[in-house]
Amino acid sequence: MKHVIIIGGGMAAARACINLRSHDFQGEITLISEEQHLPYDRPPLSKASLIAEDEPQPIWLLEPDIVKSLQVDAHLGVAVCKIDRIAKQVILADDSELPYGKLLIATGAKPRSLGPHVLTLRDYRDALELRKRFKLGQKIVIVGGGFIGLELASSASKLGCKVTVIEAQQRILLRGVPERIAKIIHDRHVGAGVELLLSTVIETITANAVKLQDGREIEADTIIAGIGASPEVRLAQEAGLVIDNGIACNEYMQTSDPDIYAAGDCCSFIHTQFDGRRVRLEAWRSAQEQSATAIANMLGETKAHSAVPWFWSDQYELGLQITGFADMGPVTVERHLSEQALILFHLAADGRVLGASGIGPGNSIARDIKLAEMIIAKSLKPSMQALADPSVPLKSFLRG
Amino acid sequence: MSNWIEASTTEGVNNEDVLRFDYGGKTFAIFRSPDDKFYATDGLCTHEKVHLCDGLVMGHIIECPKHNGRFDYTTGNAQGAPCILNLRTYAVKIESHKVLINLE
Ligand SMILES: Cc1cc2nc3c(=O)[nH]c(=O)nc-3n(C[C@H](O)[C@H](O)[C@H](O)COP(=O)(O)OP(=O)(O)OC[C@H]3O[C@@H](n4cnc5c(N)ncnc54)[C@H](O)[C@@H]3O)c2cc1C
Ligand code: FES
Repeated sequence: MKHVIIIGGGMAAARACINLRSHDFQGEITLISEEQHLPYDRPPLSKASLIAEDEPQPIWLLEPDIVKSLQVDAHLGVAVCKIDRIAKQVILADDSELPYGKLLIATGAKPRSLGPHVLTLRDYRDALELRKRFKLGQKIVIVGGGFIGLELASSASKLGCKVTVIEAQQRILLRGVPERIAKIIHDRHVGAGVELLLSTVIETITANAVKLQDGREIEADTIIAGIGASPEVRLAQEAGLVIDNGIACNEYMQTSDPDIYAAGDCCSFIHTQFDGRRVRLEAWRSAQEQSATAIANMLGETKAHSAVPWFWSDQYELGLQITGFADMGPVTVERHLSEQALILFHLAADGRVLGASGIGPGNSIARDIKLAEMIIAKSLKPSMQALADPSVPLKSFLRG
Repeated sequence: MSNWIEASTTEGVNNEDVLRFDYGGKTFAIFRSPDDKFYATDGLCTHEKVHLCDGLVMGHIIECPKHNGRFDYTTGNAQGAPCILNLRTYAVKIESHKVLINLE
């Protein structure tokens, strides 16, 4: 195989370039991204990039000199508009045709839109736009109490904006975060002066107001949607690949075409560690791990993806981390590391740990979440009493 | 020129663990490896300046608590994403149960 083409310019694409060369792949690598920039980091866009005093620069995942040393041919600012599986080539918006031996689709996800008056956040330009608007006293209305919406609320309120979050469900972070922890985050937002409207349905949105079904009208200088992102599957779908909550991959991150792999936010795959459940993970570390699995298999290995998912979110001084699946285990065990730091273990009926969620100031829960991840990876069944007892080090379960 | 400073007692650092040590306006991390050797590095991750002492030590690796970047604390070498820059290391010696580090 002489030529690998990577469609996309995010984390999964960047790691693919590095992984191909670290596996000693000698052929050509072409990366095609519709963004003007080389791959950069997205998590800061809702956090530090908004608060930093000086205008932030993108944080590169591939610096220009690394691209050069990896001998990656990067086409920036141009989209792939078609995958021709029969001729094994991709067709770009500028009509050029590039043949591939193997293809990696790493097209990520796009925020769901709420129409012309509502901003979204996905890329560096979006963050610069929000920076201009997050000024003292500005009325910011955020639709959606998920991670992006809440991180934006935290950043905007730190900057002295008057923030309202509108959530249709009866609580924030309904998907994937246990209620107990969502409540701690909720209270922290309320403490910061953010108005959280739950079970609230929107009727219409105009340029400077959100009208609710109950008749209320919320004035806004800026309205932002944080109502989730859809996997970017159009190219794959039009090429006839199987789609199932994202581009459907098997456990090797291979799509229904054996020469085409996918990784990151755009795809779903079979997770062998969790009883073959099909998952789509929109998480930064997972994009790296999926990309590594895809490249290893593209180059001839047979490596099922087994990395335990991990995710973090920063809001105010609070650090949230989740590993495994918080919504899978029917049994919950609480471990209180301190007055403010809490870990919940999510156990299957047979005692196997399937997930752990932690919240606390700074990085106070990080070490135990890491150990929980290792416990999950080993399918261990530690005693519930010991898990709940912070004086029993989690490391002790992993020895022997 | 050497400048040996007492950072801890040997009992002050658990086996396969890390201790934070602040001195002269700087912060350091003191490690005790599973084979009972002591090492010292800068205390902040080279990615986003987070205290490494909140991270997990596994063998000769410290994993950053923030984004799971990893370093070999015996050499300071960054071990992959998102950390690119290595950690600075410092010489360590043990004298009568004291862990001394050389801040030169
Ligand atoms: C604001 C923000 C904050 C986040 N914070 C966190 C966090 O705190 N913790 C966490 O774990 N995760 C976080 N994430 C999620 C994490 O950043 C994503 O999971 C990760 O970026 C996914 O990487 P990816 O490579 O799959 O996709 P992306 O990073 O979305 O990259 C996809 C790339 O493909 C390009 N592309 C799409 N279609 C085409 C086409 N047809 N032709 C050419 N190029 C194309 C896009 O322009 C883009 O460059 C955050 C995401 C955002 C947006
Ligand atoms: S701060 Fe250490 S990995 Fe990011």
